[in-house]
Amino acid sequence: MHRVTLPAIGTATAWRDAARGLLAAGVPPEAVLWAEEGAGQSDLFAADAPPPPAGAITVPKSFVPLAQSVCWHAEPERFARLYAFLWRLQGSPRLMADRGDESLAQLRQMEKQVRRCAHKMTAFVRFREIEGGGPRRRFAAWFEPTHHTLEPTAPHFAKRFADMDWAIFTPALSAHFEGGELRFAEGAPRPDLPEDAADALWGTYFRNIFNPARLKVKAMTSEMPKKYWKNLPEARHIPELIATAEARAAEMAAKAPTLPPARAARILQRLHTEEKVSWEELAAKAEEENRHGREGYGRFVMGEGPHDARLIIVGEQPGDMEDEAGRPFVGPSGQLLDKAAEAAGLNRREAYVTNAVKRFKFERRGKRRIHQSPDRSDIEHARWWLSREIELIRPRLILALGGTAAETLTGQRAGILKRRGHVEETEYGPVLLSLHPSYILRQPDAGAQAEARADLEADLAEAARRIAA
Amino acid sequence: MTLQDKLEILSDAARYDASCASSSTTRRDSSKGGIGSTTGSGICHAYAPDGRCISLLKILMTNFCIYDCAYCVNRVSSNVPRARFTPEEVVTLTLEFYRRNYIEGLFLSSGIIQSPDKTMSDMVQIARTLREREGFKGYIHLKTIPDAAPELIEEAGRHADRLSINVEMPTDQSVRQYAPEKKPETIRGAMGDVKRHERAAKDRTHKGRKAPAFAPAGQSTQMIIGADAANDATILGQSSRLYGDYRLRRVYYSAFSPIPDSTAKLPLIKPPLIREHRLYQADWLMRFYGFEVGEITAAQADGNLDLTIDPKLAWALANRHRFPVDVQRAEKELLLRVPGFGTKSVDRILTTRRHRRLRYEDLRRMGANLKSAKAFITLTDWSPGGLTDAANLRARFAPPAEQLSLF
Repeated sequence: MHRVTLPAIGTATAWRDAARGLLAAGVPPEAVLWAEEGAGQSDLFAADAPPPPAGAITVPKSFVPLAQSVCWHAEPERFARLYAFLWRLQGSPRLMADRGDESLAQLRQMEKQVRRCAHKMTAFVRFREIEGGGPRRRFAAWFEPTHHTLEPTAPHFAKRFADMDWAIFTPALSAHFEGGELRFAEGAPRPDLPEDAADALWGTYFRNIFNPARLKVKAMTSEMPKKYWKNLPEARHIPELIATAEARAAEMAAKAPTLPPARAARILQRLHTEEKVSWEELAAKAEEENRHGREGYGRFVMGEGPHDARLIIVGEQPGDMEDEAGRPFVGPSGQLLDKAAEAAGLNRREAYVTNAVKRFKFERRGKRRIHQSPDRSDIEHARWWLSREIELIRPRLILALGGTAAETLTGQRAGILKRRGHVEETEYGPVLLSLHPSYILRQPDAGAQAEARADLEADLAEAARRIAA
Repeated sequence: MTLQDKLEILSDAARYDASCASSSTTRRDSSKGGIGSTTGSGICHAYAPDGRCISLLKILMTNFCIYDCAYCVNRVSSNVPRARFTPEEVVTLTLEFYRRNYIEGLFLSSGIIQSPDKTMSDMVQIARTLREREGFKGYIHLKTIPDAAPELIEEAGRHADRLSINVEMPTDQSVRQYAPEKKPETIRGAMGDVKRHERAAKDRTHKGRKAPAFAPAGQSTQMIIGADAANDATILGQSSRLYGDYRLRRVYYSAFSPIPDSTAKLPLIKPPLIREHRLYQADWLMRFYGFEVGEITAAQADGNLDLTIDPKLAWALANRHRFPVDVQRAEKELLLRVPGFGTKSVDRILTTRRHRRLRYEDLRRMGANLKSAKAFITLTDWSPGGLTDAANLRARFAPPAEQLSLF
């Protein structure tokens, strides 16, 4: 029979060394008796044989962190369980991947409890400031963990609170961080820590961040069990908060709405009259935009046409030629639009033409810039500009060509072919939907092209009729 | 007014923001100077009796506001007491709370004072002071003011771990109705800006250096539910667009809850907490379980989620022809759709079944909820028999109807 007594500091390492030696010497689990230092546990019949020297053994990689964690568990049987599992593991290393195995499931459960305990320790330790002589501020805390988690958790505090001295006392062990050095010492009974003024502020915060209309006590206690409450300064407020919550919520509901304070009307009025932007400001802003290029986008192209136009025609975005000219609708699409407008009896020069998105978006392929459809964020980005143009012109009708314009103005892109030719009421005023000239240009055969072109002409004629009325 | 008084008013005003996450940012610590650190999954330092985690010092810089959003306790037309922190006060509170291990960092929001730019630049100043003067390595979450200048948003992103801009309501129409000074398009424009900066920060400079980090924990948003008439299908549709278009880390749903000094425009109701819970569950299904919005909301005709059972179970009950699933052979996608199986238990099933046949008891040890799952699975030693198609299957999960009082 071998007897191994493990120290309270550095337990995990000590267990690992002992287990290595025992395993290398082929000592079976039933021949080992594990004990903790100072635990007062004795087996009268056990022969006090020291563990054999460490030898080389191999274990699956995933066993190491599992053993590390389980060693910090409070259960006295943990070392024996770990060693028994390690013994089985020698014959079948695949056992580590078997989540259905009962003893592995048990160890995993213990690992989880230790992890949770360590995590709660990082959460619920509360430092209080104590007087210090040196240049560093000093803090101390008292904490009662369920498992032996101070040692594995202390480095977290050392990295976090590197510029102050601190100590954490627990019944079994204490950690001290002074001048950048971390050391462990004996445990202590609860020290008498002075009141900290910050605790009152923290209590105020805790009371006020709570919303009495959504009381969920169970959700709180499952994450912050009552066993921790006695060392949490904020917990003293909990009973009162729970007791008064319902009454406070009812009081809010019962109170009649009050009259707004006098300044409210004044502030809102000023806010609502400030928004309008002039053409000059808009042009200046556009110029400003043009000073900053954006990768994958062309320059900023504003709309063009009379500022008192009755009709605004909105396309998708500038194309390659528009980008070079800095003017909207001058490329193939623009030319097609001109011809179609003429055929429909609409004077295109009397309309304000612009695009939903103001920059040409492209992808470079060799020397060519290939058109990319604007995405939602491009659209949202450009909406402000189109809104200002519409606001300044206040047209009778807006003609939206293609999906992007439709999405910007009506909020919906889908179903243009069905929706074209109809007027939809929007926050911008009436919007007549139609096809984009580039759609016509893309049609595969002459028949389809003529058909689509006839649709566009019909819509342009409809627009002419509506603005004339 | 003392610091205590201000803290009372300005934390009270901040409690309606649901987010308190301090996770998924870059790992930092103060071993090379300064104070503070971040961990991978964040730490909840306390829980309030509303069940919500308190991870960050969540306060408003000021609750003075020139906007008049009907659902908000701080709107200009409300008579709540007002206060304003100086930037130094916020810095001191954050650090003193941090040193006592009360918090992971700061979540700073604000009412709009004077102008959006002025408000935002004050907030950025606080973040800058914490980072540059105090060497603070903890977590900072800044609420972004949508109308603020792009340079300010850029600087905010350099100091903060997370930026958020609230979309406020599920539909544009509701935003216009209840928050007349806010523009849905400006809000989305600002979210687009943040996304662009985030992406730019991933590129390297022409010299191959890393670009300065920009909000490493990404951006999130929040919408209030139950104040307008939008159904769950609309809400989830909006979230799934937001996740896709702006790469949001999280969309938070906040059940509209009564506020002190409320306006006559909104109904004072008990906050729809169960609905909020179901929406979070559905949100999870979309992000981690491969569900589409349409599938989740198709179970009920009105486009709302079933309040009595969770959305995954509701989907399974409505699609029983796809069950039972053979746990030994089924693909991962299908296993993820079994009620009672989480992502973790599915991973455990996958690793273990490579080596041997699974039994019913194994699943219990792997953490599966068999009460929910047993009707939908088959195993070597388990078959649900007629249970999968039983007419009363739903009733086994739904809580018994409450007996109403006769008098």
